[in-house]
Amino acid sequence: MSSPGSGKTTTLEKTLARIMPDVTSAVIVGDICTTHDADRLAQTGAPVVQVNTDEFGGDCHLAAHVIEKAVTNIDLEAIDLLIVENIGNLVCPAEFDIGEDARVVVLSVTEGEDKPVKYPLMFRECDAALLNKIDLLPYLDYDKKAAVAYIHQIHPDMPVFEISAKTEDGFDPWINWLKSKVDQKIN
Amino acid sequence: MHEMGVAMQIIEIATASIPDEMKGSRVERVNLKVGKLAAIVPDSLRFCFQIASQDTPLAGAELVIEELPVLASCNDCRFQWTINEPVFVCQKCNSGSIQLLSGRELNIESIELAEKDEGNVDKDL
Repeated sequence: MSSPGSGKTTTLEKTLARIMPDVTSAVIVGDICTTHDADRLAQTGAPVVQVNTDEFGGDCHLAAHVIEKAVTNIDLEAIDLLIVENIGNLVCPAEFDIGEDARVVVLSVTEGEDKPVKYPLMFRECDAALLNKIDLLPYLDYDKKAAVAYIHQIHPDMPVFEISAKTEDGFDPWINWLKSKVDQKIN
Repeated sequence: MHEMGVAMQIIEIATASIPDEMKGSRVERVNLKVGKLAAIVPDSLRFCFQIASQDTPLAGAELVIEELPVLASCNDCRFQWTINEPVFVCQKCNSGSIQLLSGRELNIESIELAEKDEGNVDKDL
């Protein structure tokens, strides 16, 4: 989950490239319109189900009944990990339980340090945060310490992984966290 | 933002919970509990409910929303307090290990049906 344009799809593309084929994965991707994200993610070789919420009333989030319908297109027995890329929105997706085992929020450094306190529910509900686009830090007046402090003010002890989905800097700890979550679930 | 969808589901759930023997009765009131940390705007929800309930058994019913505070409890020092700003750290001992006792609710508590000449009947859900 994240606001629009924070890098969810690029992060997923790079993540899938690193965990596949060890962790067999599938993706449900939600967008109000277009199949651009699904087309990009399908390149990774993972089965991708696109949900356009237009069909469900142009909703601002994916709801459980939408996921229930989408998973009928996926061979769940054949996969270790099902990733749901929610609608780009820092408000509504946090509110609705879709049956997930873990939730991750992507926050990019171009969005401003105080987003966690402006959208507390999202940061409260998630299990980990990815602070994305750190390759841009030299060009921004961004107080990274303040951003992480804000995240921890909402959700103390939440893991924050500083990454660049473009350069893949910082990916190892994030991938290890994700793999450990899959292991926990399987075992 | 999504209050219309929530209103429509409330109507669906409330309609389905009217007992068979009371089908056709007018629904006078739907009592809802909404936590302050639920992403729900009560005024928007009431507005959407009023529109979406037209031509349903809930037409004209009042949506009563009780807002619940975000109540937190510290797992370390057991202090309890109400969270009114985006700080989820114990006010007393600064621990980050806290649990929320309320604030995330979105519950239909009861619906009230009008019975002919017999006043209201509560139907607990």
